[in-house]
Amino acid sequence: MTSRDTILGRIRAAVAGAPDVEIPRDYHGPIFPEGPADASLIEHFAERVRDYRATVHIVPADEVPAAIQAALSARQADRVIVPEGAPAEWPPGTAGESLTPAQLDEMDGVVTTCAVAVAETGTIVLDGGPGMGRRALTLVPDYHLCVVMAEQIVPGVPDAVARLDPVRPLTWISGPSATSDIELNRVEGVHGPRTLEVIIAT
Amino acid sequence: MSKTFVGMPAFPKNAAKAVQDSQLRFNLRKATRTIRNKRALVVGELADWPGLRQAGKAIKDHTLRNLDRYLIQLEEAVTAAGGHVHWAKDAAEANRIVADLVKATGETEVVKVKSMATQEIGLNEALEAEGITAYETDLAELIVQLGDDWPSHILVPAIHRNRAEIREIFLDKMPDAPPGLTDEPRALAEAARLHLRERFLRAKVAISGANFMIAETGTLVVLESEGNGRMCLTLPRTLISVVGIEKLLPTWRDLEVFLQLLPRSSTGERMNPYTSTWAGATEGQDFHLVLLDNGRTGVLADEVGRQALRCIRCSACLNVCPVYERTGGHAYGSVYPGPIGAILTPQLRGMSTELDRSLPFASSLCGACYEVCPVAIDIPTVLVELRAKARHPRAERLGMAAAGWVFTRSVRLARAQRFGGRMRRLVPKRLPGPMSAWTDTRDIPDIPRESFRAWWDRTEGGTR
Repeated sequence: MTSRDTILGRIRAAVAGAPDVEIPRDYHGPIFPEGPADASLIEHFAERVRDYRATVHIVPADEVPAAIQAALSARQADRVIVPEGAPAEWPPGTAGESLTPAQLDEMDGVVTTCAVAVAETGTIVLDGGPGMGRRALTLVPDYHLCVVMAEQIVPGVPDAVARLDPVRPLTWISGPSATSDIELNRVEGVHGPRTLEVIIAT
Repeated sequence: MSKTFVGMPAFPKNAAKAVQDSQLRFNLRKATRTIRNKRALVVGELADWPGLRQAGKAIKDHTLRNLDRYLIQLEEAVTAAGGHVHWAKDAAEANRIVADLVKATGETEVVKVKSMATQEIGLNEALEAEGITAYETDLAELIVQLGDDWPSHILVPAIHRNRAEIREIFLDKMPDAPPGLTDEPRALAEAARLHLRERFLRAKVAISGANFMIAETGTLVVLESEGNGRMCLTLPRTLISVVGIEKLLPTWRDLEVFLQLLPRSSTGERMNPYTSTWAGATEGQDFHLVLLDNGRTGVLADEVGRQALRCIRCSACLNVCPVYERTGGHAYGSVYPGPIGAILTPQLRGMSTELDRSLPFASSLCGACYEVCPVAIDIPTVLVELRAKARHPRAERLGMAAAGWVFTRSVRLARAQRFGGRMRRLVPKRLPGPMSAWTDTRDIPDIPRESFRAWWDRTEGGTR
């Protein structure tokens, strides 16, 4: 008998005759708002991201390339990764697909799009789609600049879960890398990017 | 960790020693208070928290009831996505599987994401015996590993250490620690970053646990803060995840509940900095999932105790427990300390040692743990159930038998009360012999001259 059979057999014996349970869903589920995000939702998201000590800019959609350029210049970031599929009008960069971890470590930063953003928790989610690339691209460089389109902002976690594809590799990012391991106080900046900057395009 | 909990004395002995350590009590008091307040704030932000809690409880109960079906569904989904699924009955089998997988890669070093399951099975020690070095990458785990110490908290294994002690450990045990290292948390985090950077970039094999597995889609979910998790999950060519069979959720949608319950309950944040999800072999990796039983099916068979398997390892019950706050985690002699450990450890390991038998008594039954539990585990009820199963001391059993004999007949009780009333001045403040265990920590109540029942009979309820 394999261990698989043993474990499944033990489970069946353990729960035999036990009643099943109905799952109550008495909480706020997904909302699926119609039309573009309103100003209050954008402001809510911005405030929550700032709470994690990330920098947030809110700019009109056509000024995004200039805002990216300004942010990169301010950091003096020259060697920048811009993953495949990013809007053509963005400042140019290395696609980064073939870089080794050690090479990624030498880059100054990465500029990406996102798949969805959560206002309630100040979270951005990457799914490896156009302009996001593989997961290591937003992990090894010390600086991550993420562009969020206003219509990608959803109110809560249930909305985000409903919009995302569970088969794609997802990374949920809420602020810069941090730890609470020393006396349970949050300190920003451990292994992931120590600086997170977000541009919201309206 | 090169240490084990085997052969530790019972909880009361460990606790008595721990409460003498004023530094430990100060560290714990400060840390647990900080996290309690943070948790209360962010939980209070969600008006639908009670609804989320009930949903979380029911999703877990439903999953456990149908665990066989969902495990098979998970196995199919992970396999279809290019992953390999292994089943381990116990710790030895899980360790064997992981060691063989690592050896097959030809590597002798692995990086690890903090995982309770691999601590429970003593994976690091088992790998060491096979010539494989496991490097912990979570900051708190690193502190514990470098300090040759034991973890004392589920979420923050080094909670018993303050910044000055951590600085000492780093200067002492980390060859690349900056010489002028201060005890500023930011400087300590920076030292850990530098220490682990190269290791991450060249790692070929990583070992993780998982917070959740989704049966429907084969997705694994890891929540973390530092980015060490992402480093391990993303960069190495081979990823091995060791996960307890109870970590399952039926559907992707169920995450909408748990991604709200867990971060707010554990670190007191609206969301933890990083959550990674992946299904099967991702971005060209080799992916192995080791499903671990190791006593869980035994817990599942207990109608009252099985609710411990709902646990999502948030550690809110530790942070709120008056006993944990004073004794710390080491006294529990298990990788699962605190209230949840007091019900989980004796069920997983059995109650054959004095230590494991003593754990259900490591509580005042105040119920704070039940109140904060995001999946509503009724820890006090399980504690009482386990106490009934533990073999009680002979003196206590005799005393209880005698009390039972007296209380079953009202005539006997009346006689005993009259006798007690007459002898009241002769009762010592401290009982002799084995009964002194009771009076060492309690006062004997004053015995009244006349019992209430006798008074009622004599005065007809105070009317005469």
